[in-house]
Amino acid sequence: MTGFLSLFRRLEGPQTVGRGPAFWGLFAVVLAVALVYPLVSDGYTVGNTVYFFVWVFIALSLCLIWGYGGSLSFGQTAFFGIAGYGYGILTINFGSAYGFTLVALVVAVAIAALFAILLGYFMFFGRIAGVFLGIVTLAVTLMLERFMAQTAGPEWRIGSARLNGFNGMSAMPPLTIPWPGEPIVLFADVGLYYFVLGLLIFVYLGLRMLMNSSFGNVIVAIRENPERAEMLGYDVRKYQLITFVIGAALAGLSGLLYTVWGQYITPSSMGMTAAALPLIWVAVGGRSDLTSTVIGTLMVLAAFQALTIYGSQYALVFMGVLLVLTVLIAPNGLVLGAMNWLGRLAARLTQRIG
Amino acid sequence: MNLATLVFSALYQFGDAFAFLVLSACGLAVIFGMMGVINLAHGEFIMCGAYVTAATVHAGLPLPLGILAGTIVSALVGVVVELVVIRHLYDRPLDTIVATWGLSLIATQGTLIMVGSTMAGVGTPFGSFQVGDYSYSIYRIVLFCAALGVLAGLYALFNWTRFGVLARATIQVPHMAAALGVDTRLIYSLTFACGAGLAGLAGGLYAPTMTLVPTMGATFIMEAFVTVVIGGADVFLGTAPAGGVLAIVKSVMTSWQGQLFGQIGLLVAVIIVVRVLPKGISGFVLRERT
Repeated sequence: MTGFLSLFRRLEGPQTVGRGPAFWGLFAVVLAVALVYPLVSDGYTVGNTVYFFVWVFIALSLCLIWGYGGSLSFGQTAFFGIAGYGYGILTINFGSAYGFTLVALVVAVAIAALFAILLGYFMFFGRIAGVFLGIVTLAVTLMLERFMAQTAGPEWRIGSARLNGFNGMSAMPPLTIPWPGEPIVLFADVGLYYFVLGLLIFVYLGLRMLMNSSFGNVIVAIRENPERAEMLGYDVRKYQLITFVIGAALAGLSGLLYTVWGQYITPSSMGMTAAALPLIWVAVGGRSDLTSTVIGTLMVLAAFQALTIYGSQYALVFMGVLLVLTVLIAPNGLVLGAMNWLGRLAARLTQRIG
Repeated sequence: MNLATLVFSALYQFGDAFAFLVLSACGLAVIFGMMGVINLAHGEFIMCGAYVTAATVHAGLPLPLGILAGTIVSALVGVVVELVVIRHLYDRPLDTIVATWGLSLIATQGTLIMVGSTMAGVGTPFGSFQVGDYSYSIYRIVLFCAALGVLAGLYALFNWTRFGVLARATIQVPHMAAALGVDTRLIYSLTFACGAGLAGLAGGLYAPTMTLVPTMGATFIMEAFVTVVIGGADVFLGTAPAGGVLAIVKSVMTSWQGQLFGQIGLLVAVIIVVRVLPKGISGFVLRERT
């Protein structure tokens, strides 16, 4: 029981911004708004919010690997695509009866994680670090894109699932929860909203606990100084590999939810532009904190969607400019900078009152 | 088909792959080897060279002058990029990658907006010749010679000129070079311009052989990155042998299973080599020496 309680004590700590009743009060308010919101909104807007939430998972995965772990991976979209295609292939073959879509969810994420173990073994145990890591992961995702794009012919099928080349796969069944009487089908509106919101809160709080545990502290120590961490007796490669695999599973979850949301997945979701976008969200938000990553991702996505009205090319140019400016002017991220500033302000106010 | 034509065909495939790998990787390797900066906008410098070459050829200039123009324009763009962005990020290598990726996004989408989704190409010059039952493009032979020429030119530049000596001094011990009166900032600028110019040259040389689209840089960067990762930080001890080894892998896999498997072969090769030789071929060679 005490062990269980100490787990909750890890919700705040040195590796995450936000602590005390003020932060958790605000968290509760945001959560309450998020829970009530679908009741006062229309199906399309709710579906669109689910779309935003889906991307938060891949942003969190990059935050974990890059922000906390210090290894820049450009290839998170590879795991995104693998899990997305995995879900499509599994459910098109086996259907959605008996809760199989939930099994497919677990299996597809596991496939992405397995792929990450294989790739990560070669990278981290080969001691690739820094820029090379980014290049190898980028090469992997671009290769997967090219591979999937040429699978248009009828010979590219797994069971009854055609891979369909550049057009991608579509018409996979949505997530279905078996229920006595009638199974609950989670279509891309209110049903899927609560499912994804629940997952998001679970992942966010889980990552907070993980990062404030001794594991998280070691990860940050490796980011700050790998040699020192090694001298202190930690196997750097093992910790990096585990972080990479957790991140890959999260990116996979993102891709899977994306596939569930739109009921399609295409090779271009693993391409150059797709790979750049999570990086922009995380960099602009503030890569070294979970909360700023979530807020930054949602804000940049909303801005991007608003700009797309004027044409997606212009929106992408704007994203590029935003990324370059963030790196040059606010390397720690805009949202994180604002959050730290607010924190200092609040501390000064309480000091003055006290 | 007799043995001689078979050998010639294999050599031709190898030369073609070698030229592509070396030409697309040179600019990246110079910038990485000298400055430790990975330029993710490398593909867009190649695209810039190809577009300028095509535009000047459409304006009536002969192809060699067009390629020269593409090279110079890319180098000038490189100077500007170094001044505005790269210069501020030398002590943050990961951020350089991120920033150059932003630049790549801006360049690709900006070209799409301003020039459109495609640009009229340039015809491949020189025609073809016949060996056995197959015909081969003469221009591919020219490209192979150009790759060798670029390697020789770089060797001469870095070993026999004053700039080369100063540049190598700056890489080895930057503050010592600065203390001895070398303008290291200028050296970095010129090196970056040199790398960007080489990318432009690759673009110009390949402009007649491919369709000109804003995303054409992406066709080069995978090969370029793979070559640089396997080669390591040194252009001559790294890029050239890596180009040779990878060209064998790529041409064998391509003629066996097709274009895509040639690229998958490259990727598998890089992952294995990196596991065995983390510092690339040049790191291996240099360690053996000392």
